[in-house]
Amino acid sequence: MTPYKDVAHLFRLASAFATGLVLFLLLRGSLVPKSFGQYGHYRGDALSEVSSRPISYAGHEACELCHADILEVKKYGRHAHVACESCHGPLAKHAEDPSIAPQKLDTAVLCVRCHEANHAKPMDFPQVHSAEHSAGLPCNTCHQPHTPRIEAEVKKKK
Amino acid sequence: MNLSRRKLLILLPAAAVAWDYVLAGTPEDSPNYKATEHWWGMLLDITKCIGCGSCVRACQLENHVPDGFFRTWVERYVVRDWGFEHVKVDSPDGGKNGFPALDDEGKSFFVPKMCNHCADSPCTQVCPVGATFVSPDGVVLVDQKYCLGCRYCIQACPYGCRFLNPETNTADKCNLCYHRITKGLTTACCESCPTGARQLADLKDPNDPVHEFLKTHSVQVLKPHLATGAKAFYNGLDGSVR
Repeated sequence: MTPYKDVAHLFRLASAFATGLVLFLLLRGSLVPKSFGQYGHYRGDALSEVSSRPISYAGHEACELCHADILEVKKYGRHAHVACESCHGPLAKHAEDPSIAPQKLDTAVLCVRCHEANHAKPMDFPQVHSAEHSAGLPCNTCHQPHTPRIEAEVKKKK
Repeated sequence: MNLSRRKLLILLPAAAVAWDYVLAGTPEDSPNYKATEHWWGMLLDITKCIGCGSCVRACQLENHVPDGFFRTWVERYVVRDWGFEHVKVDSPDGGKNGFPALDDEGKSFFVPKMCNHCADSPCTQVCPVGATFVSPDGVVLVDQKYCLGCRYCIQACPYGCRFLNPETNTADKCNLCYHRITKGLTTACCESCPTGARQLADLKDPNDPVHEFLKTHSVQVLKPHLATGAKAFYNGLDGSVR
């Protein structure tokens, strides 16, 4: 009587496991994306997918390439550090194709966003109660948005 | 062409590998950008914030955030007396259209909020499928194609910075305008902030002026006791802010 007479069932079991393992590896190979684990436990391609989205805000450097005259006026005023698109809105499309004209702005709406008096604003920030300050006149009747200080305008004209 | 069966069999795997590269397409959209050379954060200066909501509007326009949801928002704090327990916080429509005038006196200030891009972020640790992660340059991103929408990360964020985008049914959050900063631009919120209250910070770039600011000011992160490694640094942060 040989000691390994009834081992056939063990081989059957082992082959079932081996088939299962091969199937698992095949499925895993086909389902897990190639770039998964490239940098960590995530899809590496996701990085380039997120970064390839188009931009809406061109950035003030792009504006200054063409509108150097405005920059020249603006840099002496109190709005020198306010980026163009902060007021004018996102204009990446206009930067790419200048024939797409930006919207006209309404200073009556625009200026009060920042300058309407509010107790929570920093004390040194210039604020007005718009209703009392201008009696309904649009802000650009007196102030030039690119150089808002009225005295500065007067000095320049002299 | 004289091609033996033997040569063809050798060439086939090589051709398969080459075809794989063709299918993979161009790997990087910004070829000059090396993620490992950057470590992004943000500086938010409460002493400069005027609550105009420019950042909120810019973020929604740049990132197509649905109405009523916010990747960044502004809160107004009103602290009466001197106790932190009498805090009133409001943020009408995320501060998008500014804040109504406040008649009651008390200490009052604006706090811009956003994803803190934590280095040890709780939200990425709970994702069951690896759809959210900290990128090699320190930005917490969401892989929209891989997200199941299980909302686990939304629960896990201690700062409440995530939401389920109703259009895509995936988790959504501030990605620090990753499509902009990898092209050398600043984020939409920083670009549109009129007072410079928000500044993008590259913590690995020694020439970034933010380093000088961080060295010379008392800055703080939100909920430091949670040790999330938050990289949104606040200047002038009041103890009442949560």
